[in-house]
Amino acid sequence: MQEVRAIVLRAAGINTDLETEYALELAGAQADRIHINRLIEDKGLLEQYHILIFPGGFSYGDDVAAGKIMANQVIHHLSDPVRKFINDGKLVLGICNGFQVLVKAGILPGGNGFKQEDVTITCNDSGKYEDRWVYLAPQTGKCVFFDPGQRLYVPVAHGEGKIVTKDDEALQRLRSEGHIAFKYVDAEGNEGPFPINPNGSVDSIAGLTDATGRVLGLMPHPERFVRRTQHPHWSRLGEDLPVDGIKIFCHAVRYVRENLLESCVAQPTADVAACGEVQAGP
Amino acid sequence: MRQWRVEVFNRPGLVDVQGGRVLSDIRELGITSIEAVQSARVFLIEADFDPAFAERVAHELLADPVCEQYYLGRSGPPAGLAKATLIEVHLKSGVTDPVAESVMAAIADMGVRPDGVRTARKYILLGEIKPSQIDTIARKILANDVIEDVVIGDETEPPSPHLNAYELNIAHWPIRDLDDAGLETLSQDKDLFLNVVEMRTIQDYFRRLGREPTDIELETLAQTWSEHCGHKTLRSAVDMTANGTQIHFDNLLKETIFKATQQLNKDWCLSVFADNAGVVEFDEQSAVCFKVETHNHPSALDPYGGSATGIGGVIRDPMGTGLGARPIANTDIFCFGTPDKSLDEVPKGVLHPRRIMKGVVAGVRDYGNRMGIPTVNGAIYFDDRYLANPLVYCGNIGLMDRTKVRKNTQTGHLIVVVGGRTGRDGIHGATFSSAQMTHEYETIFSHAVQIGNAITEKKVLDVLVQANDAGLYEAITDCGAGGLSSAVGEMAKDLGADVDLEKVPLKYAGLGYTEIWISEAQERMVIAVKPENLEAIQRIFAGENVEATAIGRFASDKKLRLRYNGQQVGEMDMDFLHDGVPRYSRQAVWKQPKLSEPTLPEKDNYNDDLLRILSSCNVASKEWVIRQYDHEVQGGSVVKPLVGVANDGPSDAAVVQPKLNSPRGLAISCGMNPLYGDIDPYWMALAGIDEAIRNLICVGGRVDRIALLDNFCWANCDRPDILGTLVRAAQACYDGAIAFQAPFISGKDSLHNEFVCEDGTVIRIPPTLLISAMSLVDDIDKCVTMDLKKPGNLLFVVGRTNNEMGGSHYYKIHDALGANVPRLDLDLAPRIAGRLSAAIAEGLVASCHDCSEGGLAVALAEMAFAGGLGVAADLRGLPKSRDCSRTDAQLFSESNSRYVVEVAPHNYDAFAKRMLNLPFGQLGTVVAEPKLRIKAQDGKSIIDADIGILKQAWQRTFDW
Repeated sequence: MQEVRAIVLRAAGINTDLETEYALELAGAQADRIHINRLIEDKGLLEQYHILIFPGGFSYGDDVAAGKIMANQVIHHLSDPVRKFINDGKLVLGICNGFQVLVKAGILPGGNGFKQEDVTITCNDSGKYEDRWVYLAPQTGKCVFFDPGQRLYVPVAHGEGKIVTKDDEALQRLRSEGHIAFKYVDAEGNEGPFPINPNGSVDSIAGLTDATGRVLGLMPHPERFVRRTQHPHWSRLGEDLPVDGIKIFCHAVRYVRENLLESCVAQPTADVAACGEVQAGP
Repeated sequence: MRQWRVEVFNRPGLVDVQGGRVLSDIRELGITSIEAVQSARVFLIEADFDPAFAERVAHELLADPVCEQYYLGRSGPPAGLAKATLIEVHLKSGVTDPVAESVMAAIADMGVRPDGVRTARKYILLGEIKPSQIDTIARKILANDVIEDVVIGDETEPPSPHLNAYELNIAHWPIRDLDDAGLETLSQDKDLFLNVVEMRTIQDYFRRLGREPTDIELETLAQTWSEHCGHKTLRSAVDMTANGTQIHFDNLLKETIFKATQQLNKDWCLSVFADNAGVVEFDEQSAVCFKVETHNHPSALDPYGGSATGIGGVIRDPMGTGLGARPIANTDIFCFGTPDKSLDEVPKGVLHPRRIMKGVVAGVRDYGNRMGIPTVNGAIYFDDRYLANPLVYCGNIGLMDRTKVRKNTQTGHLIVVVGGRTGRDGIHGATFSSAQMTHEYETIFSHAVQIGNAITEKKVLDVLVQANDAGLYEAITDCGAGGLSSAVGEMAKDLGADVDLEKVPLKYAGLGYTEIWISEAQERMVIAVKPENLEAIQRIFAGENVEATAIGRFASDKKLRLRYNGQQVGEMDMDFLHDGVPRYSRQAVWKQPKLSEPTLPEKDNYNDDLLRILSSCNVASKEWVIRQYDHEVQGGSVVKPLVGVANDGPSDAAVVQPKLNSPRGLAISCGMNPLYGDIDPYWMALAGIDEAIRNLICVGGRVDRIALLDNFCWANCDRPDILGTLVRAAQACYDGAIAFQAPFISGKDSLHNEFVCEDGTVIRIPPTLLISAMSLVDDIDKCVTMDLKKPGNLLFVVGRTNNEMGGSHYYKIHDALGANVPRLDLDLAPRIAGRLSAAIAEGLVASCHDCSEGGLAVALAEMAFAGGLGVAADLRGLPKSRDCSRTDAQLFSESNSRYVVEVAPHNYDAFAKRMLNLPFGQLGTVVAEPKLRIKAQDGKSIIDADIGILKQAWQRTFDW
């Protein structure tokens, strides 16, 4: 059987590559952690993969601004291979710092060429780094990484996660063109102030997707909730508590199997235990 | 060469987080005339690019296109605002500037490599202000004199910090003909902190050699023999007079703490008191190592930098243990003065405790989070005796291969320094931290403060893991206190070494050979590499932009030879360096202080006392701190520091899963109670051990795999009475370790934590012993948390409540100390821990919480509000000693070895059978109504409080 291959991009200060690799493997992908220098040296390397992950951390110390220096590297050294990767119908996922990189490199929300124009991610309104759990409500049905009807419970851990648009018009465009992937909500699905919206993001935006729905960036960390015992109060809950973070990875792997691998239709998918719920789909 | 100046401001109308923070800090200082603060980031770039490219750098790289705007050149004060004060904060020359390094690389990515980049911060204060207030704001809020320069309203650019090249000039410090007074003067003048006996020993050595020492030789001896590196006090001989009887120790450490470990002789202890961290078995393939360090003096001067380099330094300990471990968890425990002091209550030369606390937390946060290591366990303790000597304990746990626990340095291996470059930072850190602080230290020892850059360390870690997997080096250690002098000195102890100091990569020109040798510049490791592996290892390192430079070779003649450009600048025998330090014989005295119990009236209702204890600094929720730490990175989090239905209850211990594909976990905890030490440090130490172990047991830690760490922070132990308290605590460590069959695996001490105020008064910290503990969890699915789970479940107390209110928080809120300090029952305590651990492993326990600060009442309140459920309790069910008849003692006594346990009714029989012959009793039940209700012996209600109100009291203190 042909494998779903994922590349987890490392760089100085990236620090969630191991657990991201683990989440991908739980979801049935074969994942490699590769340093960005290797990709710059060998631009063809990306061709071997179906899923490109920009993981979390503090790339280059978040010096100047979160994700900025790594975004600058992507713009000046990797824009062609990354653009080709997306045009080939493959998937890109940016988590936390990776999301910041995607936005600051202009890959999200995406437009004409890579250039950051209308959207940015800046310091939390609270003025400090915070690690806490949030609910996410999907806002679009066109993103391949999640099921539009399913609310997710996952942790955020960042100091610069507030999404800001240049003006109201830019925000309107995000809404009307379906770029808003997730919003922060409470357990009942309602938007609200801090801590429901942990950073003060405009319109409670937690994640963005591009026009294709194959590029997703989000501040929360789905890779930190791939097993039941990572839930902050799992000891109060039953054996069957839903493990939400893994679903993002399972969706990605399933999409690749069904759309990018040669023998896609006949692909057996029920062998991945961690993805039970996702794989049982239509 | 042209210098480009770029100023980056927030766009008008957007929140200026930094400016807002400064404004609120100014208001906190009591200055109300400032209406607003604007902040800007300033970049000074030396490069020959044209204006269009400068514009591109500002536009595409430095300023955010949405939130920020930039100004090329120096912007004036905002138009139309007369009362604007401009303040700029620049890093002092030679201070590490990580942002500048990143900007250099990023501009190079854009196509032009600049010659230099520096960064600064600019503040515009709007509003009426007096010059003296500007000075206060600059000093207390905006800048730290130790590492930063303040420029107020000046138009000139600060000069480029190009330093002149160093020219070799070997300094000899004649010693052979000095008398005692001369020796003392030499030691003082050169900040060696060596006493006259040590100076005489050194004098004899050089008389035997028939020559005078060079500066680098004396400095090397001072570093190696410093209290910080050598633990002279704990290893010295002690004659102790305790309550009239005499006790003698040939070596205090070896005959107390270390002796317990030797006697216990556990086969799962793989390397103890031998390496940078203590190593124990984790499973068949892996081991874990744990080290806790203190970084007190640097944190007093520069709370942010001091604590950041504290955590950065202790992370390098596991990285430098055996052949290197991968860090998996951080711990941090702090002691501060109470945060609500007014400014004039703070002695001169001392930072306000609130500023220290904020800075220390931010330092640990930024370094730990950037390293991607979860900070999972900690505590904060407040007492005004920590005002001038805050304590910052930082711990790190690493995971390593069981087969890589030992180093194998051999003659001919290359000495390779890896990571950060060497600069003038941290000179004399080791000797400085062994000295007493005074109000003048701020200026004298500014160079002792080190500056950290977490990303450099993360890069080093990333490549070391690969080089270790590939087996490309034979030994590793970290550059900590004493810098290369300690690292190379220690590695080459049995071999000798030849070092060429000019090969050490420098941050900037101008460093002399001695500075290179003793600099404590951060993020450096030293490895021993076979010559044939050098190229391969350098390829790995270069592949991720990490420098690795061979600076010498391990020898065979047990001599340390230091050269600069081929010329010898120092030569010493390793035996003298490591074993030449004179053995001390010290006097210690211990006398039980004469104390008495206060007479407090008994009351009908203790709601108010409970609320006051819950909101007291030591007990109150530390959520403000905990959430700033990434406690979930690496994905191994099982029991988080905050637990319960709303994720905000106080967990007893953390449990992490070091290997994501194995169900085995590691429980991590700590225990400390300096208040008990004011009565008797012996019982204080045992209480700390019991508390740390209770915390492990509560979450499901195994009782037979507990490893302990000791960290002594004491005042000046040259005083016999102070050394006496240390001896008492060390004796307790032996007794506690033996009783629990829990060996100590590593330890560290920081003595001389005293401060001499301008008027000569001395502030001494109380004896402060931190006990850190870890144990295994066989199956993380069996872990238990402290939040109440279900109405109808039964609540038990296991362990006896005695009339032991001495040093309690109940007495503390009533301004009393008392005399009856909690005395650990060395026979009962391990039995309770063992039985409860077994009951938890069998799945009989729904929740479990220990009674510590605030006693039973606080434990019940915390369990209730963490679970969002109520409690109906009756003190008639409480197992207690006969003299514990008073209601307040039953509620608030802090007797050791007590656990509140929630058990489902269907598990009652099995649980009760487990607890047979132990003091245990049913206290009550869990109820749905959200109230904590406790009835006294006579059946009358004595606490009846809404859990929402209790929780609010507990949370509001640090709702910052």
